[in-house]
This record gives sequence, C-alpha cells and structure tokens, in this order.
Amino acid sequence: MAQLQKSCAIIFKKHTIMARRPFPEINSASMADIAFMLLIFFLVATTMDSDKGIFRVLPPYIDKPIQDEPIKVLDKNLFVVLINKDDRLMVEKKPMHPDDLRKACKDFLTNMNNDEADKIYPEYNVETIEGIGNVKVTKGIVSIQNDRGTSYDKYIEIQNEIVAAYNEVKDEYSKQYFRKPFKDLNEDQQKAIKALIPQRISEAEPKNIGGK
Amino acid sequence: MAKFRKDGKKVAPGISTASLPDIVFMLLFFFMVTTTMRESTLLVKKPKLPKATELTKLEKKSLVSSIYVSTPSIDLQAVFGTQPVVQLNESIEDISKIARFVQLEREARNPNDRDFLTMNLKVDSKTKMGIISDIKMELRKANALKLNYSALPKANKK
Repeated sequence: MAQLQKSCAIIFKKHTIMARRPFPEINSASMADIAFMLLIFFLVATTMDSDKGIFRVLPPYIDKPIQDEPIKVLDKNLFVVLINKDDRLMVEKKPMHPDDLRKACKDFLTNMNNDEADKIYPEYNVETIEGIGNVKVTKGIVSIQNDRGTSYDKYIEIQNEIVAAYNEVKDEYSKQYFRKPFKDLNEDQQKAIKALIPQRISEAEPKNIGGK
Repeated sequence: MAKFRKDGKKVAPGISTASLPDIVFMLLFFFMVTTTMRESTLLVKKPKLPKATELTKLEKKSLVSSIYVSTPSIDLQAVFGTQPVVQLNESIEDISKIARFVQLEREARNPNDRDFLTMNLKVDSKTKMGIISDIKMELRKANALKLNYSALPKANKK
C-alpha cells in the first residue's frame, strides 16, 4: 500500500512538472479587431432589404388575340374592381371604400347562385375533389382594372385586399373540412383547398384617362 | 488595530476588454443573419416599398432578378429627369431594354432553372401605374411571367 502511494506521488510529481512547462498562449488581444473588421465588411456589403412581396404570375403574351371565339365570361361570374386615376375605387358599378373591399370580395367568393333581389352571385361547378368529396366550386373571377394614373401604392393595397379575401376564404374552408387553419394542413389537403377555391384574378389592360 | 493602507495613489481599475470580442462577434452574427448581400448600387432613389399583409417569401434567392423603379438619385436628375425610371443591373435603362435584360438574366442561370426565374419589382409607392403596366407588358413579351411585387410587412388591421 505504501509502495503504491509512493509511486502515485512520483507520477503526480512528474505531471505537475510537465504542466508547469511554459506553454505559449495565443494572444487574443487582436480578436476584437478581427471581429470588428468582419463586422464592418458585413455592414458595408449587405443590405436589410426584404425579400417578401405579393407573388403573381402574368398571363403569357399573345401577339394577335384569337378573334374567332373570345372567351366569354358571364357578367354575374365577374367581380369587377376598377381603380381610377384619383385612386378611387368602383366595385361592381358602385363606389366603394377600400376597407370594405375584402368583405365584398369574400361575399362574392363564398356565395353561389342564391340570387337575392339586389345581389347577383356567381355560378358554380360541382366537382369531385380528393379528400373532400363532391363540392360546389365557384366560377367567380375577380377582375381588376386600373388607370395609368393610378398610384402603385393603391394598386398594391387593392391586390393585397383581394389576396387577403382569398386567403380568408381558404382558411374558412380549411377549418370547415379539416378543422385546421390552412397553413397547418399537409400538402394534399392544401391542394384540395386550392382546388376548392381557385385563385382567379384577371387584370385587364389599363385605360389611359388620367395620363402618365 | 486594523491597519489602513495609505501608501500609493488610488488608480481607477481598467475596464476589462476580455468580453469585447464576444460582443463584437454577437453583433457580427446578428448582421450576418438579418441582412442580405447587396446586389447592385442604386442609381435611383431607394424605393419606398408599399406595405401589405399577404406576403409570400421569395424561395430561391439565386433565381430572383430585381427591377428597380423610382426617381433618379439627385445627382443624376440632370441627366434622367425627375420622372420615375427603370434600373436594370447597374444602369438606368429604357423600358424597351427589359427583354434583353431578361434574356441575359436567363442565360446566367442553370438551364434547368431558367423557367423559375422570378422578377422582383422594387417600385416606389408613389410611382404611377403607367410605367408598371409598360414593364409588365415587356415582361410578358419576354416570357418572364413570374413576378413579385416587393412589399414590406404591415400590421394587420384587426
């Protein structure tokens, strides 16, 4: 036992001697300078630009529109939004405040063929959608027409309101059929909801009344 | 009896700078995460983007080309006037050059990804729609149909 203790002491002693050997430490005083340099590089070379926006797919360009049979859309299937050069809004031949647009658009998208005295709603197709079954799908199309003098700000506001209306309807349907908000659905369910309420936004060529 | 030291002047202890690198690194990482690389120097005034709530994030940054529309910066107003102009890459160009721009941007991409090229419109909110309509028409002619109206998030009205 005593012998073991002795040998241990020797080993311990050896180690302490080895640990005491001067080991050059890396000087970290310049670390801050290096980090500052990197920081300044990133401050200069980058921007805080947002990469978010309203995504849209444009219709392909047709050189000469086919004259024989223009696609006819029934008047009742169209939700016409007009914006004039003074950024005033006319929806379905009546002036409207932009704040009311979302509600009006939702109303148009969710009601189908139950005409009332003063309101006309769009037609529907009965379609079979996987995961939901046989359902009515609206034939409604939202049509936006702006003037060349309309401000971009107002144009985006109106686009946003209409996309918001579509998104709210999607959410409502998701809750109705899958009991979850749209963003929590899986891919197939989202596809089903998208088929149930297809986002049809048409943009007509702008008029030139207000000028540039 | 307690002894009070009276020898030597009092020297204020130096502030330790040992944590300075850590603080700077923290700032560095913050900026690395929140910012994106600057694509081109702006020749137009920085566009004040419109605000919207229903935003989608652009997925692939490498497949996005930006088109800026704003009034020329003050030192260039003598040349280009004060009406909104279009900036493509590093220069202010006429709207008719957009087709060429789209073609060049496509050629710079991987052939498999060319169809997914998205045009990011960064437009000042005070711009009139006339110029935007012209740009959209040119993009349609150039068959660049994916479009993103760049906008800033806005708090929902509810």
